[in-house]
Amino acid sequence: MDIDKKIVADFVNNDIELVTTVPCKQLAGVIDEIDACKDIYHIPSNKEDEGIGICAGAFMGGKRSAIIMQNTAIGVTVNTLVTLTQFYRMPLPMLISYRGELKEPVACQVEMAVHTKALLNQLHIPTYHFHQQSDAEELDTILKYTFMCNKPVAILTDATFWGGYGDQ
Amino acid sequence: MIRSDILKELVPVISDQLVVCNIGLPSQELHMLDDQPTNFYMLGTMGLSSSIGLGVALAQDKKVISIDGDGSVLTNFGTLPTIANNVADNFILLIIDNGSYGSTGDQPTYAGKKTSLAAVAKACGCETVIECQAEDCVDVMRDAIAGDKMTIIVCKCESGNIKVPVITKDPVVIRDRFMTAIREANT
Repeated sequence: MDIDKKIVADFVNNDIELVTTVPCKQLAGVIDEIDACKDIYHIPSNKEDEGIGICAGAFMGGKRSAIIMQNTAIGVTVNTLVTLTQFYRMPLPMLISYRGELKEPVACQVEMAVHTKALLNQLHIPTYHFHQQSDAEELDTILKYTFMCNKPVAILTDATFWGGYGDQ
Repeated sequence: MIRSDILKELVPVISDQLVVCNIGLPSQELHMLDDQPTNFYMLGTMGLSSSIGLGVALAQDKKVISIDGDGSVLTNFGTLPTIANNVADNFILLIIDNGSYGSTGDQPTYAGKKTSLAAVAKACGCETVIECQAEDCVDVMRDAIAGDKMTIIVCKCESGNIKVPVITKDPVVIRDRFMTAIREANT
C-alpha cells in the first residue's frame, strides 16, 4: 500500500476523526490523503500551537485527534505541549517530518534537526523515528499506545522514509 | 465596567453552557463567581482559548463559548482565519477587549490603540461579528446563544482587576469533569 494511504488508514482504524496540519514538502502527500479522507475532518492550522489547541478541544469534545507538522514546530510548541497537552494529560499523536537529516538540501534545517530529539527527550515525549518505510508497520501500535497513556507522542519521519527530495 | 463586572452579569446566561475560559484572571474570576463542571479553565498556554473552544465545537453539537481577551487573541492571531474558514455554528467567541494585558499588570495592547479586533475578524472572513459595549454584553450573548450562527463578540470595556484567588484544582480534574459534562450534555 502507498505509504500516505497506509498512514491515513492507520489513523482511521484508530478512530482519529480530526487532523490538523501545518505543511511541509515531505508531508504533502499524506496531507492530500487526509484532506480526501471522508472519515477525517481536516483543519489546516496557521501555527502549530494553534493546532495543538484545536486537538485538545476536539479530544475533550469526544473526538480523537492528531497533528501533522515539521520538526521546526517542536521549537514553536514547547509551552503548549507542556502546559496544555501534558499538564491536562491528553493524548496527541504527532506525525513529524524530520527535516535536516540525511539527504537534506537546506542547511538551516539541520540547525533544528540537531535539537529535535534532545528537546523531545527533555520534554519526556515518547519518540519513534521512521527511517525506512517498513518502520511504519509500527504506526498502528504507536497510535494505540498514545491513546492508552494519554500523552503526546512524536513520530519522526526522515527524508529516507519519504524517498528523498527528488533531484538535487 | 471592567471584565469581572461583565463576567458577573454573564453568569446567569452562561452558567449551563460549555465554556472555555482564558488563562489568568478571567479563569480565576469565573471560577470564583460560578465554578461549574461545564467550565474549562486554562491554567496556562496563553492565546489558545479560541482554538480549544473551536476544537470542542467541531467535535460535538452543543454550544461552546470561548471567553478570550484582546491580548490573547493578539497572541494567537492566526486563530481568526481558522475560525472563519471552519464554520461551527455552535461556537461563540467572546473577546473581552479591555485594551490591556490585564493579568500581567494592565500593560496596554494594540487593540486599545489603532487595531480593531472586530475589523480584523471581519477581514479574516468571520461572518457574524458584533462589537458591543460592556453594558450590552449580556443581551448580545443571550441572542448569540439563542441563534444558530457562529458569532464573534468583541466587548469593549475598561481595564482593571479585582483580587481573586488562584485556581488550585488539579488540571486533570478540570479536564475530566469538563469531558463528563460534555458527554452528559450530548446524551
